[in-house]
Amino acid sequence: MAAFLLRRLLQGALVVLGVTFTVFVVTRVFGNPVDLMLPLSASAEQRAAFAAELGLDRPLPAQFMQFVGELLRFDFGESTWQRRPAMAVVLERLPNSLLLIGAGLGLAIILALPAGLLAAGRPGGLLDRVVTGISLAGLSMPQFWVGLLLIVLFAVAIPVLPTSGMGTPAHLVLPAVTLALVPFARMTLFVRSQIMEELNRPYIRTALARGLPRSRVLVGHALRNTLVPFLTLVGWELVLALAGYTVVVETVFAWPGMGLVAIQALQRGDLFLVQAIVYTVAVLIVLVNILLDVVFKLVDPRIGLG
Amino acid sequence: MAAELGEDVPGLIGLLLLLGVVGMALLAPWIAPHDPAAQSVLARLAPPAWLARGDPAHLLGTDALGRDVLSRIIWGARATLLVGVAVVLLSGSFGVLVGLVAGYAGGRTDAVLMRLVDIQVSFPGVLLILLIVSVVGPSLLTIVVVLAITNWMIYARLVRGTVLSLRSAPYVEAAEIVGCGPVRILWRHILPNLVSPLLTVAILEFTNVVLAEAAISFLGLGVQPPATSWGLDVASGRDYVFVAWWLVTFPGLAIAVTVLGVNLFAGWLRVTTDPREREKRFGWSRAARALAGRAQ
Repeated sequence: MAAFLLRRLLQGALVVLGVTFTVFVVTRVFGNPVDLMLPLSASAEQRAAFAAELGLDRPLPAQFMQFVGELLRFDFGESTWQRRPAMAVVLERLPNSLLLIGAGLGLAIILALPAGLLAAGRPGGLLDRVVTGISLAGLSMPQFWVGLLLIVLFAVAIPVLPTSGMGTPAHLVLPAVTLALVPFARMTLFVRSQIMEELNRPYIRTALARGLPRSRVLVGHALRNTLVPFLTLVGWELVLALAGYTVVVETVFAWPGMGLVAIQALQRGDLFLVQAIVYTVAVLIVLVNILLDVVFKLVDPRIGLG
Repeated sequence: MAAELGEDVPGLIGLLLLLGVVGMALLAPWIAPHDPAAQSVLARLAPPAWLARGDPAHLLGTDALGRDVLSRIIWGARATLLVGVAVVLLSGSFGVLVGLVAGYAGGRTDAVLMRLVDIQVSFPGVLLILLIVSVVGPSLLTIVVVLAITNWMIYARLVRGTVLSLRSAPYVEAAEIVGCGPVRILWRHILPNLVSPLLTVAILEFTNVVLAEAAISFLGLGVQPPATSWGLDVASGRDYVFVAWWLVTFPGLAIAVTVLGVNLFAGWLRVTTDPREREKRFGWSRAARALAGRAQ
């Protein structure tokens, strides 16, 4: 187990190094941080001074070493927009994003398992067609559009839920539902498809032959065996939520999380803050993946530590 | 296959929706009732034609600058399809190439390439895309390139897996013994096996790319104003969401209909080309039949 964890951590470090290299190449080689961060009106002297302060007048390899060194010391620079350490801003907003992701994915999981199960229980039946239809529609609608439609609906037609900001639990409802839709759709179709595949296996026939009712075969046998692959999908959705869903959903509902800050920082050319967010998300993704591998190992004895 | 499409109503609907969108993009200059960029202060924020105050000249209403919503949707189909097709072709070719090389060469080449895939799969997707686009400068070309370099991994994994399993197939070994070079073997003997799975993946990736382009344009980092894009139109309608619901609704609906069409068509394609997918439909009945057979 220790060797396995060590290997996975090393892989994770490679991922973070890859992200670092990409961010460095993009910001220093393709773009110029000075142009991004200083206003157009800045004088040539101001630009030169700022470049020297960032070490941009040094050769690229030296810049890269400095870049990596600062990261290793958890020095993510100062947010030019908020005038305080970039990481402080990120850590302040991170819990809000995690709350939103937790509520959204939790909702998706709770609904997707029974929906997929019911659909697979009678393939081609009315319930199956309704569930599959809803899922396909959910997968086809852009998240930002669903969010805006919900805002129109709940601000104009049925004004019972707040449509922007954060504060009371009611504020969480619309963003969480919006975030849940795509994961719910994908999870439902996945559970349905996996269970239908399981139903072709001999052990299902055995269970039916023993006289077990269909519902017990579905839940106790077929569903049980799809839980591990389902967990992989949940992990994948978590990664997508961290790196993508939150940006869109938080922007639509003005939810003060990491994704909204990322967009605001991009609009203000606050490179250090964006970098800090990118790194935080990269590290979180690595941790999620390692955690999933460990959980798989604990849940399913067939999976080795290879 | 064509006959089966007639049986599969959702698949047929998907194909029709898709053809409609492609037709819109190709025929935009002839079927769009107005110039998508033509502004008119007098006609601004007109509701759809069937509502009171609606203007019959603007079927789906006008936006805050008096531009015709329907014409913008028709022209916007071009950006969507262009980005989708270009990204799928670029990332698909690169991914297939990497997969072929990794699977056929094996050994250290395979290990290095696949580790690269593993690493890039764990990248913080959309966030990194947004950072790159904002630094390089948003444009149609930037989006295509950035989406292509962030979406090739799935093809590489798929191709590599199949190449690995086919490498030692008797007919491939026979081809090697006869003296075929690696390029010929990969191209003539291995790649044809991959056409159907690659097509399915490419179609589903197309929907992901369309949704990604829409989201990036919505966030203001994609297609830039004088040009049209459905995501961009939803973003500009956002400020008027309480006074002019049609500005947000119709461009978003265009995205949803396009993606739904592709998804329905892909669903039919998967069921038709993958025998395992067909068998799934008969899980219960097969178990029941086997039981009945034994009882007799």
